[in-house]
Amino acid sequence: MKYLDEYRDRDVAQALIRRIAATVTRPWVLMEMCGGQTHSIVRYGLDRLLPSPIELVHGPGCPVCVTSLEMIDRAHAIAAEPEVIFTSFGDMLRVPGSNGDLLRLRSRGADVRVVYSPLDALSLARANPTKRVVFFAIGFETTAPANAMAAFQARKQQITNFSLLVSHVLVPPAIASILQTQGNRVQGFLGPGHVCAVMGFREYEALAERYRVPIVVTGFEPVDILQGISMAVEQLEAGRAIVENQYARTVARDGNRVARELVGDVFEIADRKWRGVGAIPKSGYRLRAEYRAWDAERIFDVGAIDTREPERCISGSILRGLKKPCDCPAFGKECTPQTPLGATMVSAEGACAAYFQYGRRATREVA
Amino acid sequence: MSSDAAVIPFGACPLPLVDSDEILMGHGSGGRLTAQLVEQLIVPAFRNPALERLDDAALVECDGARLAFTTDSYVVTPIFFRGGDIGELAVNGTINDLAVSGARPLALSLAFILEEGLPISDLRRVIESARTAAARAGVPIVTGDTKVVGRGCADKLFINTSGIGAVPRGLRLGAREVRPGDAILVSGTMGDHGVAILSQRLGLELDGELRSDTAALHELTAIALEAAPGLHAMRDPTRGGLAATLVEIATREGHGIEIDECTIPVSDAVRGACEILGLDPLLVANEGKVVLFVAEEDADALLTALRRHSLGRAAARIGRVTDAHAGVVTVATAIGGERILELPFAEALPRIC
Repeated sequence: MKYLDEYRDRDVAQALIRRIAATVTRPWVLMEMCGGQTHSIVRYGLDRLLPSPIELVHGPGCPVCVTSLEMIDRAHAIAAEPEVIFTSFGDMLRVPGSNGDLLRLRSRGADVRVVYSPLDALSLARANPTKRVVFFAIGFETTAPANAMAAFQARKQQITNFSLLVSHVLVPPAIASILQTQGNRVQGFLGPGHVCAVMGFREYEALAERYRVPIVVTGFEPVDILQGISMAVEQLEAGRAIVENQYARTVARDGNRVARELVGDVFEIADRKWRGVGAIPKSGYRLRAEYRAWDAERIFDVGAIDTREPERCISGSILRGLKKPCDCPAFGKECTPQTPLGATMVSAEGACAAYFQYGRRATREVA
Repeated sequence: MSSDAAVIPFGACPLPLVDSDEILMGHGSGGRLTAQLVEQLIVPAFRNPALERLDDAALVECDGARLAFTTDSYVVTPIFFRGGDIGELAVNGTINDLAVSGARPLALSLAFILEEGLPISDLRRVIESARTAAARAGVPIVTGDTKVVGRGCADKLFINTSGIGAVPRGLRLGAREVRPGDAILVSGTMGDHGVAILSQRLGLELDGELRSDTAALHELTAIALEAAPGLHAMRDPTRGGLAATLVEIATREGHGIEIDECTIPVSDAVRGACEILGLDPLLVANEGKVVLFVAEEDADALLTALRRHSLGRAAARIGRVTDAHAGVVTVATAIGGERILELPFAEALPRIC
């Protein structure tokens, strides 16, 4: 398939792996920021192909995993309200809150639907004027323009039975938070390609300079990721720390101006809690005051929501690359993919789920 | 390999809670929840040797005759889709369960559950297409039933079928016969049915070349049996796709399976749709394909024979059974890496990231 097969080419990939092996002289810890990149790494087995001095740490870039427990419980409470059609991107349906997930709510009669676009949710509201249609607007800067467009259109067309439950998170504050953590191990980043396609990468230039850390804006296909790793390792070996753009076929330095303006018109920066990490100042978006009539958090009074992450879970340290899953006393015992205590076991892309699966296979091979 | 490298399954992002007091849609997905339901609730209740094999059809012996017996229900929505409809699907699907058991299909039953208000013209269309499919396959529909339920108590129409077939004397075929060293073949492209249905259900404008692959496979399976005395098992990879079929055989029979992603046939249209929808074609349902486990020495002859039939033209050899890593299916990826193929928990949900 054109524009995909070129980036999944075995010979090109193997040449990049050889190049990385020829460049690297000492151990380096790199973090890929995006869940989509983690997905590709796992999907193609990239981590097992890299020379051993290079350690990949999976960053907190899977938006369904880092959405706070509190926000998930709020979503569940709203979905259970009468006359509500609760709409969401597909994989959010399985993320457990304090009491089950959206699929379970659906089995008990809640009207929960998967949509591919927030504009589909808006159409649903138009078609069902007696219902209250809520869209769970999660994600990083990548999904923000489409979500902003849904809010913008709802306001423009005065569709009053539509609202958004916004839990947007932003990448640069998360990178800063990781780098400020005591004992940080991450020495270089694969920057989030699609986030930067929207936002550009000027913000990352400031981070690279301030923290003396290389950031390579990277795509999502295996060849993209290997090239991103190669560029980051070359910088580290040469003692450089700048932003480079591996994903130039999609990303411009200033991003997508029209999308950024729309996002700025609809959303404002807010503090945000991250599941497994905690609160990070100015790390998310919320709807601006002029959109209050479309803000599900304001419209639905579901009472105070008090949640507590399981104390034994160390996923915050794991998401920052400070600890390994096997350092956790609960790992593989009370915490498994079937009974996750925290974000990194919730996601198939999470480090704990990864270790769980790999360990399982290693055990079987020995047996 | 990096010391901390990890192999994790390719699938939807979050892992679900799997214990439930209620039936979830995932219990009907063909994934891990379905397997749980069957193994924990259904098999223990009715336990007997024919059922326990959990093959596509049960083998029943009577006065020296060997019969394959199967049943299935069809609840697909929409009932009319590109490449077929629920009537044709029900007939073909039941024939296929018999065919992959090595049986010659003898007769089918067809029972309708109809929703009040269903246009008679729709029912007529479904009946006509079931009739055509049965006639084409040369298998009579010999009994049936009709029930009507109130509006909202069913979705337009559901079909239940059963089928019986004659199993040749001495034939040993089924998951239990699979051996390390066996080659694994598929009869054609993967994912066509599921992607066609999903794209139509979502109203996506990418259905130009996407068509269900619904087809009766009994001719193709008969050819396979003839061409390869070392044929050990056949499966039709319906719900849960190729992944569910392979993982089920690996875990239930305690074999390792290795497949090579590059050799698995997937049409460009399905690949493209899966890229857009964030789905893995290996997890998507097929309705006119068969997966074959065959002794290595017969693999080439089998492949040649399959390719001669119109339903097997895109047949390919995709991997092998091994005695390493029992219970685990590994996939050699396009760029030379490796991942583990997992049974999906429930429905394949599109990923946000």
